[in-house]
Amino acid sequence: MYSVEHKKYLKELKKEKFIINFFKIFIIVFLLTLWEVLAHYNIINTFLMSSPSKIITTTIDLFKNYNLVSHIIVTSYETILSFTISTIIGIVIASIFWANQTIAKIFDPYLTVLNSLPKVSLGPLIIIWMGANTSSIILMAILIEVFTTIISLYNAFIKTDYYKIMLFKSLNATKFKIFTKLVFRGNLPTLTNTLKINISLSLIGVIMGELLVSKKGLGYLINFGSQTFNLNLVITSIFILGIISYVFYMIIDRLNKKI
Amino acid sequence: MDNKILEVQNLKKIYHDKNGEVLSLDDISFSVNNHEFISIVGPSGCGKSTILGILSNILDYSGGVIKFSKENPKIGYMLQEDALLEWKTVLDNCLLGLELNNKLNKESKQKVIKLLEKYGLKEFINSYPKSLSGGMRQRVALIRTLAIDPDILLLDEPFSALDYQTRLNLSNEVYKIIKEEGKTAIMVTHDIAEAISMSDRIIVLTKRPSKIKKIHNIILENKNIPTENRKDHKFVDFYETIWKELDSHV
Repeated sequence: MYSVEHKKYLKELKKEKFIINFFKIFIIVFLLTLWEVLAHYNIINTFLMSSPSKIITTTIDLFKNYNLVSHIIVTSYETILSFTISTIIGIVIASIFWANQTIAKIFDPYLTVLNSLPKVSLGPLIIIWMGANTSSIILMAILIEVFTTIISLYNAFIKTDYYKIMLFKSLNATKFKIFTKLVFRGNLPTLTNTLKINISLSLIGVIMGELLVSKKGLGYLINFGSQTFNLNLVITSIFILGIISYVFYMIIDRLNKKI
Repeated sequence: MDNKILEVQNLKKIYHDKNGEVLSLDDISFSVNNHEFISIVGPSGCGKSTILGILSNILDYSGGVIKFSKENPKIGYMLQEDALLEWKTVLDNCLLGLELNNKLNKESKQKVIKLLEKYGLKEFINSYPKSLSGGMRQRVALIRTLAIDPDILLLDEPFSALDYQTRLNLSNEVYKIIKEEGKTAIMVTHDIAEAISMSDRIIVLTKRPSKIKKIHNIILENKNIPTENRKDHKFVDFYETIWKELDSHV
């Protein structure tokens, strides 16, 4: 049915896909094996560098004796909560700014400062104000992501196509309808892109908060591990964290593709 | 003869910005009869589009009177760009005006579907705009404009984004659609030939601050569809006259 050239083209496509998938897996297998071999022959110091097999045994140990699942749940819960709150706040404030650009102009310098301020520096203050508990962690995470959300959404909102706005106006659309049916709806792709960044920022904020104050969560495990010089624990926790953040990212990505 | 549906008297528009003010329109007066096709031509930047913006209630004006014979007239504004919403199907795009004005019901929807079918978009009803060509998109935009059953159509350089061939074909189609649906239209264009081939009257504007330089009654020997009108004997005469009027920098 297809011409020879087309068959060749399809074959090339298939080949490329195979190469990509092959190397995706190869790299991780290679690195883990290399790591394990170097550790096995004592070429690297396993006390400092750990090894894949030790990560597995530590994970099992954590799972059995230290209730790993509850730590994962705590971190995930804090991440999702702060992610949700800051996304909602971000959307609300960006919408207000769009509706009234005078307000946006007034708050612009404050937003810029707050956005560029390294939020970690607020950590000690937050702990003193809110106490060493979950709410400080969540506030930390919210502060880290909410300003970027506001700024990127607002910037997307005001860039809505001029002709489309004109069209809506000529159809006598109210400002509210222009917002819901055009500005917001048209920027859903921007929103999901922002969400992708936000979920990782949330995780950063939560881990930072947990490092500072918590008694639960993966950040706590990392902190605990470093204080007791149990680097296996630290590296294992980081590994698990990597998996969690990948899972979160993929969930949002799925959402993105649905739109 | 024909009844007037719109009268514009001494229309004036001043644009303000912090560097000063610009008088864009000065003393524009004209009237539009029912079923008439009027074109507005003028040098670029003279404020042609501003007139449409004012008539469609998007822009305010600084002086003068705009009188529609009907209270709350429905105005269909077709913009330079099709402004189709990528996330809506062709049909839903065409239903936008009804949706925004809470007039969407089975009956009105059926009417729009009929329009789409009548004007060759049947198989694209459920497609998304990105799968349409430029000419098709503009046709969808026209149907969207017609969907609200406007008393007057405002066309702002509706063909300017298209290649020449498509432009000619589409001007025929748009002309036919407007005539068949019995609509009144005001079109802004910088293309003199297009204006002559489609219009009953042409308003020629001067450079900014724009005044009306002349209003031509386009009477051809044989009034036909736009591409045929271009071959009319009188066509060239009108072309030359208007060309000179636009060219003499007054």
